Amino acid sequence: MNLDGIVAQAQEAIESASDLIALDEIRVQFLGKKGLFTEQMKGLGKLPPEEKPKAGQAINQAKQQVQALLNDKRDAFQQAELDKKLAEEKVDVTLPGRSAEIGGLHPVTKTIERIERFFGELGFQVRTGPEVEDDWHNFDALNIPDNHPARADHDTFYFNPKLVLRTQTSGVQIRTMKAEQPPLRIISPGRVYRNDYDQTHTPMFHQVEGLMVDEKVSFAELKGILYDFLTNFFEEELEVRFRPSFFPFTEPSAEVDVKGKNGKWLEVLGCGMVHPNVLQSVGIDPEKYTGFAFGMGVERLAMLRYGVTDLRSFFENDLRFLKQFK
Amino acid sequence: MKFSESWLREWVNPAISSEELVAQITMAGLEVDSVEPVAGEFSGIVVGKVVECGPHPDAEKLQVTKIDVGAEELIDIVCGAKNCRQGLTVAVAMIGAILPGNFKIKKAKLRGVPSHGMLCSEAEMGMADEAPGIIELPSDAPIGMDVREYLKLNDSIIEVDLTPNRSDCLSIAGLAREVGVLNQADVNSITIPTVAATISDSVEVNLNAGEACPRYIGRVIKGVNLTSSVSPLWLVEKLRRSGIRSVDPIVDVTNYVMLELGQPMHAFDKAKVSGAIQVRFAEENETLTLLDGNQVKLKTNTLVIADQEKALALAGVFGGQESGVSDSTQDIILESAFFAPDAIMGKARQYGLHTDSSHRFERGVDSQIQQIAIERATQLILEIAGGEAGELCIAEQSEHLAQAKQVTLRKERLALKLGINISDETVLEVLQRLGLEPKTNEIGWDTLVPSYRFDISIEEDLIEEIARVYGYNNIPMISPVASLKMSQHKESKLALRDIRRVLVSLGYQEAITYSFVDPKVQAALFKDQESLILPNPISADMSAMRLSTWCGLLSSVVYNQNRQQSRVRLFETGLKFEPDQNAENGIKQTPVLGGVITGLKHGEHWSLDSTPVDFFDLKGDFETVLGLTGKLNEYQFVSETHSALHPGQSAAIYKNSRKVGYLGAVHPQANKPIGLKQKAFVFEIELSALLDASIPEARGLSKFPSVRRDLAFVVNRDVQTGNILDEIKKIGGNQLVELNLFDIYQGEGIADSDKSIAVSLVFQNVERTLEDEEIAAITNSVIANLEAKFSATLRD
Repeated sequence: MNLDGIVAQAQEAIESASDLIALDEIRVQFLGKKGLFTEQMKGLGKLPPEEKPKAGQAINQAKQQVQALLNDKRDAFQQAELDKKLAEEKVDVTLPGRSAEIGGLHPVTKTIERIERFFGELGFQVRTGPEVEDDWHNFDALNIPDNHPARADHDTFYFNPKLVLRTQTSGVQIRTMKAEQPPLRIISPGRVYRNDYDQTHTPMFHQVEGLMVDEKVSFAELKGILYDFLTNFFEEELEVRFRPSFFPFTEPSAEVDVKGKNGKWLEVLGCGMVHPNVLQSVGIDPEKYTGFAFGMGVERLAMLRYGVTDLRSFFENDLRFLKQFK
Repeated sequence: MKFSESWLREWVNPAISSEELVAQITMAGLEVDSVEPVAGEFSGIVVGKVVECGPHPDAEKLQVTKIDVGAEELIDIVCGAKNCRQGLTVAVAMIGAILPGNFKIKKAKLRGVPSHGMLCSEAEMGMADEAPGIIELPSDAPIGMDVREYLKLNDSIIEVDLTPNRSDCLSIAGLAREVGVLNQADVNSITIPTVAATISDSVEVNLNAGEACPRYIGRVIKGVNLTSSVSPLWLVEKLRRSGIRSVDPIVDVTNYVMLELGQPMHAFDKAKVSGAIQVRFAEENETLTLLDGNQVKLKTNTLVIADQEKALALAGVFGGQESGVSDSTQDIILESAFFAPDAIMGKARQYGLHTDSSHRFERGVDSQIQQIAIERATQLILEIAGGEAGELCIAEQSEHLAQAKQVTLRKERLALKLGINISDETVLEVLQRLGLEPKTNEIGWDTLVPSYRFDISIEEDLIEEIARVYGYNNIPMISPVASLKMSQHKESKLALRDIRRVLVSLGYQEAITYSFVDPKVQAALFKDQESLILPNPISADMSAMRLSTWCGLLSSVVYNQNRQQSRVRLFETGLKFEPDQNAENGIKQTPVLGGVITGLKHGEHWSLDSTPVDFFDLKGDFETVLGLTGKLNEYQFVSETHSALHPGQSAAIYKNSRKVGYLGAVHPQANKPIGLKQKAFVFEIELSALLDASIPEARGLSKFPSVRRDLAFVVNRDVQTGNILDEIKKIGGNQLVELNLFDIYQGEGIADSDKSIAVSLVFQNVERTLEDEEIAAITNSVIANLEAKFSATLRD
């Protein structure tokens, strides 16, 4: 058989090979130790010496040709195999992953944390205190004597005439002022209690109160810090007004309103300059020091910020509600 | 305080609109709550007179009238009101009139009789919610005049929510003063003539509690006619626009004077008073039947007006029924007294009352107005109900009456407190407008406080007045100035916010539950533990102060479970309240962190097991939180029972031998009373035991290879695995760098009483490669010790 015939035969066999095993058989048949090309090489011995190199070169060329065909076919088989494997390993990338389902903070906590952060940057430290409070810390020390009409306004939960659930976190300010010396900058977030329950009142809610006492603290500074806070909290330039009001523990006192989107004023804060009687009751000289205090209802701020309409939903702990505050 | 704008404008009439007035007084600290029209919107109603009035031929309840409205012809109107009668002056809605609700008056026939208009009631004109009949206008009302104009109905009812310090504005006179100050406008104070006595009757008054009542003025008026006199329309309307119903001329006048001048007054039926009036404190258990018919048992802290025999009225709060004025009353004793706020404060509330009078007296009333008020009331009573007045009987203990206060305002304090320099001229002018009679001195101003501004007594009061009148909004906003002292932030104190974040990452939702819980739920969880009870709770199921966050958290689980949310993971931080004699106020208030899990381990997922959570899911989460402190080895879990927990699945948590919390499965017996339908697992730990973190101390890393040895032991199944691990750690010492429990097995090949525990020990030395013999020595020691202590045998 001539070389061209062998190559053609090999080509035909390779083309019709069905898999790698068949291909290997073809390789053995043609290129193996007993293969057709080996036989051809053996036949070289019978040729005259001068023809040998040329004939040998021709056999090698033909052999390389077959080898190349075999390689190509083998690569094609391997690629096909890989393609098949990859195709088998294909996943549906739209299926949900195995994630740990994350929970969330309560909107009241979210709000308190934001407030703590704004004031924390100005050096206001967080202070907390007891919620079952004696009437001295809750009322007397705040310039609200027994029978004062302001006591009636508070809808207080009494355990006995001397012991109440705190109606404001101001007791914390009193405790702090008694324990620490000015200059003072504190905020006191926490639960407070009033005996009232409807869509706009819950018997428990949260307040953050703030206090700054130093040698020259002024009402203009109180206005400045609260305006900064409100615009930062709502992240917009709001119209804010300070309206004269009355709290027994501050003078001058103000309520702070912001203008809502409907053009109506909404009360968001109460504040004022710490009343000299309060400073005196904790042993701070009101001639030397002045201070301002402010208090805000956390739920009210959260309602405005997040569009919550029913105050009671804060304490039902319905997961469908809570999960909205990731 | 409700008042009509037109009444105010009779006193002071600045050239500003109603809206401007409302905004102005709100920004002066008299917060306006509401502004409402005094009547509905209507037009085409005029004053008319009933000229003829006869029965309708076909309808019993209707009357056929002819009405004079000042036109050439009388108008035929059919009317259904019972009080319609000939000669009555009425409000006539003419053809084309539009009544509130856009109701148009057209020609009509009523049962065949033509009717060309309508006679109106107060309700139909939007002046009242209901009315018994048509309005009866005074007979001198000009026929044909527009009723809106005649009744001055283009007016608003303004309600101000006054702060407790501004009771001086609980009257038209006080509001007018304030509006005058704000607008630099003159106030037309009314002239009140002195009524000369025409009879010699007098009343003796004994002030037996001079501090509580330093002034009492009485006056006898004889021969009042209450059977046929009625309060005139102007009076009734003014009262109505202030939210007070007309009763009878005497009560109406006393109410009117209270609204006009701010002095609450009272009138007694003279025939029911025996002897001198006594102003004294009540005797213990003395009884008094009040005007509302309720009998009260008096306490000795209560000031009463009495006669020689008995208490007649709660001073400054409420009159008594027996001595009250009635239709048959002929002679009265009029009272105008000054009661000290301290004597009245809280007394109305003590008897479950709140009256216009107590509201004013407990906040304060002008101490110099009693005489003017009684003259005003006398004048009006004589005008309306007739009668003859005796002399004023004034009882007074001037030593108990407040003297005019002098308060000094320092320029420097004013500037410091407000943070703004207001010119001296402005300050002086504001003080003058407020009636404080300022006198300039070298440091500021001396003022003399008028008796009606009894709220002003210290410098801060004056600073507030200046700020208020000057305008809070005219005070600048500036950033506070303070020294830049750095705050402490201890690395060894774990922040609560970090703990919250970790729990959130573990899939927990933060909850906030009420601090007061259902005592039944609490009792189901905390048997035999006393809790603090609220005497006046919102409801019985919110009456016990919580002993733990578990009550609220489990109730929240139930709430969600009842709304098809069965996989719940919640945590909460807050105080728990335990009665404790040694704590401040007898209550130990401890900050805790609590949590609960229930339902499936994972949310339903296409490739995750749908198995419910168990003890170790909770414990694992809890250990993750403890791990934040870097001191996990300081906490021990000890098998201990708790009334709220499954006895076989509960552990107490100790930190350095102090018990700081519990975790476990909720006791199956508690499920029913709570309403829980599936297994729930809870934890709670004192926050103080959680916030103490370690500061890392770095060590060098070993360059030498580590060696792992796996050992499996068989021990009795009751042996606590934690003890075995502790023992291995003890023996392994420094060279044992890792210990992992990788298998627990019970079943085939192991006796029923036993279990197999498989652990891996990883050894490493910082300085050298460990020899096989050294490792063998340690593992042999482990095997020997576990055998000795726990009868553990090495498993083949």
